[in-house]
Amino acid sequence: MTAPPSGDAALRGVAHVYDLDDIDTDRIIPGKRTKTLVVADMARYALEDLDPGFARRAQAGDILVVGRNFGCGSSREQAPMALKAAGMALVIGRSFARIFYRNAINIGLPVLEIGDRPHAIATGHTLEVDAEAGRISDLSDGMTYSASQLPRVMLDILRGGGLVNYLVKYGNYRLLGQPGEDS
Amino acid sequence: MSNPSGAVRGLTVAEKIISAHAGRAVRAGELVIARIDGVMATDATGPLAIVAFSEMGGKRVWDPAKVSLILDHAAPAPNERVSNLHGMMRAFAREQGCHFYDIGAGICHQLMVENEHVRPGDLFLGADSHTPTYGALNAFACGVGSTDLAGALLTGRTWLKVPETIRINLVGRMPSGVTAKDVALKLVGLIGAEGANYRAVEFAGPAIREMSLSPRMTLANLASEMGAKTGLVDPAGLTLPYDFVPTSPDPDAEYCVIHSVDIGDLRPQVARPHSPGNVSPIDDVLGVRIDAGFIGSCTNARLDDLRAAARILRGRRLAAGVRLIIAPVSRRVFNHALADGTIAALSEAGATFIPAGCGPCVGTHEGVPGDGEVVISTANRNYQGRMGNPNAQIYLASPAVVAASVLAGAIADPAVVAP
Ligand code: SF4
Repeated sequence: MTAPPSGDAALRGVAHVYDLDDIDTDRIIPGKRTKTLVVADMARYALEDLDPGFARRAQAGDILVVGRNFGCGSSREQAPMALKAAGMALVIGRSFARIFYRNAINIGLPVLEIGDRPHAIATGHTLEVDAEAGRISDLSDGMTYSASQLPRVMLDILRGGGLVNYLVKYGNYRLLGQPGEDS
Repeated sequence: MSNPSGAVRGLTVAEKIISAHAGRAVRAGELVIARIDGVMATDATGPLAIVAFSEMGGKRVWDPAKVSLILDHAAPAPNERVSNLHGMMRAFAREQGCHFYDIGAGICHQLMVENEHVRPGDLFLGADSHTPTYGALNAFACGVGSTDLAGALLTGRTWLKVPETIRINLVGRMPSGVTAKDVALKLVGLIGAEGANYRAVEFAGPAIREMSLSPRMTLANLASEMGAKTGLVDPAGLTLPYDFVPTSPDPDAEYCVIHSVDIGDLRPQVARPHSPGNVSPIDDVLGVRIDAGFIGSCTNARLDDLRAAARILRGRRLAAGVRLIIAPVSRRVFNHALADGTIAALSEAGATFIPAGCGPCVGTHEGVPGDGEVVISTANRNYQGRMGNPNAQIYLASPAVVAASVLAGAIADPAVVAP
């Protein structure tokens, strides 16, 4: 990843676009590749059945751009882990399956939902993204897009780099500013 | 929140169960921290959860009596890497004193229900996407990943957003020869693979009242294939070996969508490759040549499922060149099927039995199809590569349809093959 160009939260990376719906966890990483605790091993198999050349082309700091219901299927956390290990700094999708969405945040991989509006982001474009504000700028064609914002508890988890750090820091879950908060 | 007359509206089952666990009345859309009644993880998700738990500083799980670890996804271990992960889970379970089910005991979801680790009204987290299966028991159960599970092991709680609910009213009686699997596939086709994303689904209707626990589990199991956070089957008519207080929705509960689905003249349903939402009546795929059948998975490998297959295969032989793999859902089910002659009938017809567990459902071992092969399976997923080979085609159907198809060597209607 190149250095954040503007503001703390912004990141800049090259897009890999697969604007297909229902890319399931088996195509993100096949079940037979997940039986390991060595994360680097998983990187080689990211999107293996969808695009065998992806893992080779992926560079640290790149951004994956996908269609609807990305990550449907199994609860395997190896799916976002493999993408992160392959170098992805962020996933932008039209929508995400719920377990994948939670898992990605929990391991510190930001995910942004952009809905069904048409976009012109193409593979090779350089994007600048403020994940917290949900702002995406395509530096290659000057277009900008907005994404939905994460609930506060997810932002807190993401800011610390994932749920492990969050629970190390707070010891328990907390919903700031909500009734019933217990911190 | 109020209805048009200004009165406060009633609550869905999901809202009632979550409210009881959040310690305050909550409604769809609210974020809550809730107490949980139980958790489980498998050999697919447990090792990462154990690592995350220790990275969180965890020493003792919050309540070992509420934690279950199961070896089912790749069990017995196909290689030394998996064997080592199994060893790690055995050691953790021993240290923590939690429930542990070793290889061959069965599939996680069946074991949670069979052994009463989950009960009606519970809020349960499972590190597996088919955890909504316990909605058959009228429990709010959702699938999470390993790190969320580790958080639950540490705190006994989780955060969640109270889901909106889709209500599905089944109208009419199920025709004979049609099963809960056919109803479930029909509904997945109707709702779509993400139609229930972030939402709960309530299933109700007279057809459900007549269902035993097993078909209710089949129905709730496939809520996952609609993307649902949880699937809740109306408890009316449910009998369990213990007493329970059913949670029913208020008559004026607010739903985001209500579907009425007439199943009075439903035909057996089949999901075609490569999505469980790609559903059509069997009539559209009759005669599709198959190489293998699989009867297994948390969807359809219980005693009634094995008996349905045996009814068709008893005294007959698989078609030449066709194989049939059967993985009973649990050792208990296997033993019952052994005692009543079901296993013998299936084995004599040419079926190959593998240990109770996930087996080829997840593509790790024990029956990976070859390139270009076509499999008809009772499982719940047919994504490309699901059974371990992206160059295979998987069709999903009921046990009766799978049995009829392995007899015919092609997708076949049980009513025709074995009337
Ligand atoms: S049987 Fe298949 S769907 Fe069910 S828990 Fe095992 S792998 Fe998952």
